[in-house]
Amino acid sequence: MTPTRDAPGALVREAFANPDYGPAPESDDFANEWLQGGNRTFGHFVGGRWTGGKGPPHQTRCPADGRLLATFRHGTAEDIDRAVAAAHAALPAWQELGGHGRARHLYRLARQLQKRSRLFSVVESLDNGKPVRESRDLDIPLAARHFYHHAGWAQLLAGEFPGYEPVGVVGQIIPWNFPLLMLAWKVAPALAAGNTVVLKPAEYTPLTALLFAEVADETGLPPGVLNVVTGDGETGAALVRHPDIAKVAFTGSTEVGREIRRATAGTGKHLSLELGGKSPFVVFESADLDAAVEGVVDGVWFNQGQVCCAGSRLLVQESVEEEMHDRLRARMERIRVGHPLDKAIDMGSLVDRVQMDRVRGYLEAGKADGAAVWQPSGPVPEGGFFLPPTLCTGAPVSSSIVTEEIFGPVLVSLTFRTPAEAVALANDTRYGLAASIWTEDLSLALEVAPAIKAGTVWVNCTNLFDAASGFGGYRESGFGREGGREGMWEYLKPGAGDRVHPDATARPTRDPVTGSPTPPPPDRIDRTRKLWIGGRQKRPDGGYSLTVTDPDGTPVAEVPRGNRKDVRNAVEAAAGARAKWGTANGHLRAQILYFMAENLAVRTGEFVEALVRSTGTDAAGARAEVEVAVQTLFTFAAWADKHDGRVHSTPFRNVTFAMNEAVGTVAIRCADRAPLAGVAGPIAAALSQGNVAVVVLPQRFPVPALDLVQVMETSDIPPGAVNILSGIHREVIPTLAAHDDVDQVWDFAADDLSGDAERLSAGNLKRVWVDREGAIDWLAPSGRDGELLLRKGTRVKNIWVPYGV
Amino acid sequence: MPLDLDAVRGTRVNRSAADHRAATLVTRRSVKKEWQAGWLLRAVTLIDLTTLAGDDTEGRVRRLCGKARRPVRSDLLAALGMSASEVTAAAVCVYHTLVPTACEALRGSGIPVAAVSTGFPAGLSPFGTRLAEIRESVAAGAEEVDVVITRGSVLRGGWERLYDEVAGFRDACGEAHMKVILGVGELGTLANVKRAATVAMMAGADFVKTSTGKETVNATLPVGIILARAIRDYHRATGIRVGLKAAGGLKTARDALSWLILVKEELGDTWVDPRFFRVGASSLLADIERQLEHHVTGRYSAFHRHPLG
Repeated sequence: MTPTRDAPGALVREAFANPDYGPAPESDDFANEWLQGGNRTFGHFVGGRWTGGKGPPHQTRCPADGRLLATFRHGTAEDIDRAVAAAHAALPAWQELGGHGRARHLYRLARQLQKRSRLFSVVESLDNGKPVRESRDLDIPLAARHFYHHAGWAQLLAGEFPGYEPVGVVGQIIPWNFPLLMLAWKVAPALAAGNTVVLKPAEYTPLTALLFAEVADETGLPPGVLNVVTGDGETGAALVRHPDIAKVAFTGSTEVGREIRRATAGTGKHLSLELGGKSPFVVFESADLDAAVEGVVDGVWFNQGQVCCAGSRLLVQESVEEEMHDRLRARMERIRVGHPLDKAIDMGSLVDRVQMDRVRGYLEAGKADGAAVWQPSGPVPEGGFFLPPTLCTGAPVSSSIVTEEIFGPVLVSLTFRTPAEAVALANDTRYGLAASIWTEDLSLALEVAPAIKAGTVWVNCTNLFDAASGFGGYRESGFGREGGREGMWEYLKPGAGDRVHPDATARPTRDPVTGSPTPPPPDRIDRTRKLWIGGRQKRPDGGYSLTVTDPDGTPVAEVPRGNRKDVRNAVEAAAGARAKWGTANGHLRAQILYFMAENLAVRTGEFVEALVRSTGTDAAGARAEVEVAVQTLFTFAAWADKHDGRVHSTPFRNVTFAMNEAVGTVAIRCADRAPLAGVAGPIAAALSQGNVAVVVLPQRFPVPALDLVQVMETSDIPPGAVNILSGIHREVIPTLAAHDDVDQVWDFAADDLSGDAERLSAGNLKRVWVDREGAIDWLAPSGRDGELLLRKGTRVKNIWVPYGV
Repeated sequence: MPLDLDAVRGTRVNRSAADHRAATLVTRRSVKKEWQAGWLLRAVTLIDLTTLAGDDTEGRVRRLCGKARRPVRSDLLAALGMSASEVTAAAVCVYHTLVPTACEALRGSGIPVAAVSTGFPAGLSPFGTRLAEIRESVAAGAEEVDVVITRGSVLRGGWERLYDEVAGFRDACGEAHMKVILGVGELGTLANVKRAATVAMMAGADFVKTSTGKETVNATLPVGIILARAIRDYHRATGIRVGLKAAGGLKTARDALSWLILVKEELGDTWVDPRFFRVGASSLLADIERQLEHHVTGRYSAFHRHPLG
């Protein structure tokens, strides 16, 4: 007779008769043991030591059941101060350690994440409410992967990024939706590049960052290299404002991203922002619809929809709308919502009541707007912040559920008729983080993927991430990339050894005279210089001119005084030229830039004279500048068809190609230092990558570049691709920096006005590059400029294409 | 139903998405403790205990039939609160020659005998011979017939040919339950798997079955997902429930649970039943028995503690 345990016959019989899923709980014993070991109380991790700080205590609870997990400290400005000081103190030794030394530390951290993976995943799920399946299979392995990958970048740094150095102490603020993974995305590249870090985890989910700090401490990461200060938005603000931070890296809402953009404006702090999204999920009639349905599940119900790149806007071709919705509803009926530690569920709890109420508010608003809101019939547990998967159909496109990021398990469905309409709807958003395209038609996929404005495009897949592929947004989804080579740039700056100091070599400047124009001597024909907008020479809207003088104060010429209306017209003209120039091939762009160089070269004498008369330089200096301008045009003509993309080595059966795409409309603010080369150069750099430009000429010395208009007019530059404004910078730059249809600002003047430009850019979160470090000297181009300017003139789109038969 | 060529040719299957679904399907669900025991017992009742070897003898088949009648030790069943009559194999599957032996051995048990037929496993003997083979097996007492399709028809897009072939088999089967073996490992692509399954259903299949068990690639989860979806589409279009049989490559209790999860998730609870889901296997049962004993005793079990099938 076989000995038996208590006969559980009834349950077995029941399960035999009705094969339902019973409970499959993941044990939280080890997590409790860890929490208990620290008496469920945490301080900040600063300079390799745990400190209490003076801030009030906060509690973190499991959102699924309300249990108290731990108490942690609100970080004060003083705590931030100590952490930044510790990070500063650690900086020299960390950099002296060299790439290999840092690689060893990152490798050790990767290994430790793997060795303690279950503890990390259980703590993560308890703190955040996400299914333990996701933290176990996605969050933690991917976090470890980032440390492995970046151990590699540390090892290769010197050879792969010559002439670059770490930015310094980095302040990093991470969100609550993927607490440890976002830590890894931020900390791994920062440390690999030789920076030290002050990290502020989200107030809802501080635990895995604290656990990570413990692990880093135990594994011998030098004190001060990584500091963790817990707290809320106030703590984060103190970190952002701290004067000794060289860079801020933030992942979170677009709203807070804007605040950070404004707060860092004019400080010279580097900034990368990974913000919100309303990513389109485009299903064509040529798709495997069952596969697309599973894609939706992974796209918008992953992590309860609390994913910045969630495919929350379903765009489905009208011919398959009904079928898609039918299949989707049937699939939604099988989604199981339950406790995050149950291993047989699909969705856990939202992170907090605030978030649940917010999502419910959106659903009410959607209903009020006339949307049909559908949820499956399955049970949703009580006691936590649980919401079922939700499908909204029939919402007007103006409804907030269509336009705004809900950050919850809500899918909004719209229809389209043609691929062109699909693209138009996909791009009809202020965001641009990700997109997913479903079709078995390769030609269609490869047509649509580049056309959608988003940093990541997944073809027949969704929510795939890897450390080897950069992740980040277009438009108001932020700027900067995390992961891969493109992500490393965010933590590096041009080395001091190669840097130019424009101030030291700048010519004396004097504001243009703003009074009445001085007529030319009677023996000369009146020379009229105009703005160049949309391919035509235009009188300034205001009808005013400025008299510019040579350095001695002798009037040289009258130039148009552009105003905000001229800015508006120029940006509009640029927008009109953007699509066509953006898709013109590199060979064509090269020919036009070569032609421009040719046409400039034949008029060298004229430009030498203009430079001499305007700036008082000697003829040799002027001739050298014209020569440099011609050379730079050649350089970027050369680059027009050579800035190749890459194919990333992501560990999936797919091709992940990183395409360098034009940024769009670039506003260029030119400095007085190089009145001709400093205008022709940036124009060439922008045009070569398919950008269109609105150029604000050097305020003091605009004349040579105004004459350049005649060169451009004869060089086949399409109307609107380059637009030229002259005038007083403070009268036009703010309008340009604030303009919502400008995608990027390049500011080579780097003065107080640059800070205003940065602040004003927050509206649409355009990228602003102020060359405060003097990385580029247009009078003395270096071999490194090309790479830097090409990078500034493009953004990387990663397109994931899995394959198989 | 008549052959709907548009439906067949319009079939689209994305391989990587199917693989991804297969990989995550089993990580999204976990069946533990009593539920696992209940599910494994259910799995036993879905097994077509199979012997298809050149050295099969009457003695070998009788032993297998004994195992089909009593697949799990009675003391284990008692400990699990089950009675012996509740847990028997779904069918016994043999070559034609051994059908009479199996019928005799299973008499009174209610367990049907299935015959593999139509020139199994290649299915390339003359059409008339294959039809005659079916009729003889049915006459000999087989209540179920596992037929094989001509894989070449699929590879050449000969859907009419395939339809006529399976319709001919259907006719020859009469009242007998017809399982159509697709030979998925020899069809080249997942899209072909779905197309072939769809044609077989249109031509009257009661079940679509993955493999003969003789191909190098047999019942994989991605194939199961695609077949389940074909069945689902057919049910949506016609209201007819066609069954799914996974054969070849299922060896562990873990495999059985994965397939049960697959069927439950992709087709629904109705299909988790011997009428609509079968597993063709020989060694699988032994592993399930070990797991059941482990559930009862708390100790890991050994093969020799369970009667050989």
